[in-house]
Amino acid sequence: MIVVVDYGVDSLAAVVRAVAAAGHPATLSSDPDVVRKADRVIVPGVGNYGRAAVTLRVSGLGDAVREVAGAGRPLLGICLGQQLFFAESEEAPGATGLAILPGRVVRFQTTLHLPHVGWAQVLPTAAGRAHAVTGSLLGSDGSYYYHVHSYHPTDLPEACVLATADYDGVFPTIVGEGSVLGTQFHPEKSQDAGIDFFRRFAEWTP
Amino acid sequence: MLARRIIPCLGLADGRLLSGKHAAGVRDAGDPVELGVRYDSEGADELVLLDITASWSPESATLAAVRRLAEAIFIPFGVGGSIGSVGDAAAVLGAGADKVIVNTAAVRDPDLVSQLVETFGSQAVVIAVDGRLTNGRWAVTVNHGRDATGLEALGWIAELEDRGAGEILLTSVDRDGTRSGYDLPLIAAAAGAIDIPIVAWGGAGSYAHFAEVLEAGAAGAVAASLFHLPGYTVRDAHEYLRGRGLVVRR
Repeated sequence: MIVVVDYGVDSLAAVVRAVAAAGHPATLSSDPDVVRKADRVIVPGVGNYGRAAVTLRVSGLGDAVREVAGAGRPLLGICLGQQLFFAESEEAPGATGLAILPGRVVRFQTTLHLPHVGWAQVLPTAAGRAHAVTGSLLGSDGSYYYHVHSYHPTDLPEACVLATADYDGVFPTIVGEGSVLGTQFHPEKSQDAGIDFFRRFAEWTP
Repeated sequence: MLARRIIPCLGLADGRLLSGKHAAGVRDAGDPVELGVRYDSEGADELVLLDITASWSPESATLAAVRRLAEAIFIPFGVGGSIGSVGDAAAVLGAGADKVIVNTAAVRDPDLVSQLVETFGSQAVVIAVDGRLTNGRWAVTVNHGRDATGLEALGWIAELEDRGAGEILLTSVDRDGTRSGYDLPLIAAAAGAIDIPIVAWGGAGSYAHFAEVLEAGAAGAVAASLFHLPGYTVRDAHEYLRGRGLVVRR
């Protein structure tokens, strides 16, 4: 059973629907025990890193998510959910994330308009091409996914950056290590490409 | 690199598709969700729902349609139609829309724009501006071109950008419904005046019109009646635009 973590942020229902549309029923839960026993877990989210980090800690959901990662079960973070996999973010100096992935989250340094909103081309890296979920997903031309964000991950080891997009500079938009994956974009707003991504995550054996 | 967007519009009255010339060629003009799902499956980048008789009370038919649409599609969509307050916007976004589209209320009270941005974030706030060429400048009108506001379009959109609007939906009142092409000088002037994305509306009659308005600087183009005509699909529009060298979603 796929559990989508409900930690009081927005954009949860759309993720549950999209995962179901991919052929894999998912359930929403705010109970750490349900999360830690799940076969695979998705952490979605839109909102503020600082507030969400506190909620994850206080509710016990953060520990539950860390346990899933530690046990080698598939774990997917989306947008803010993915950002929380990192130890820190420029959006909330002093706040502590889950530190499941190496690296940190920074704001775009650009004169272009923020947030970065719209369909951006996502291209796999060499590591991404070799990865079971992203390998055949993106094709030689990449694929377009819907992004809405002002912050993005950085300072990851090369092997953990699976795909990039470009907004006044290349940035990681699919990241991962072991059984953990993260997307900066919203698969649940990315139509067929997004539903396909959920299907591959749902069927993945890390 | 952001893809340009082709955005079909669903015109509603009280939660149901408008009949008559607004929905010519669509056999069942009734359920907006059916049409929205069809546009989604045909590759639409985004949808716009505009309800001309919208009420945003919890029992409203339009809000029910928004909820059902959010459950049926997996692309972003914006909703507009007499959204006049933060409360209205909260109802619309809570029902599952990604963006609210505000027109007249912003003209009446520009502070509302700032409040919406502060509450929901700029990415959720689209301000619609209707421009009519008058004595060599574009005057901002409301009420479908009937009422003057005293505002000039380029100055107004610059103020909206300052207030944090995420996007401007810019309509040429003169071109709307004519299928003779967008108002290219208006779009080009607007693109030169502000940095936030401009989505163009008014005049789409062919895929070539999409190409022209995107080349003039629009980030996206809305079409209402064009996609009601048999044989016109967003997928074909994307293919045409790719052939013209524009970056669009595959």
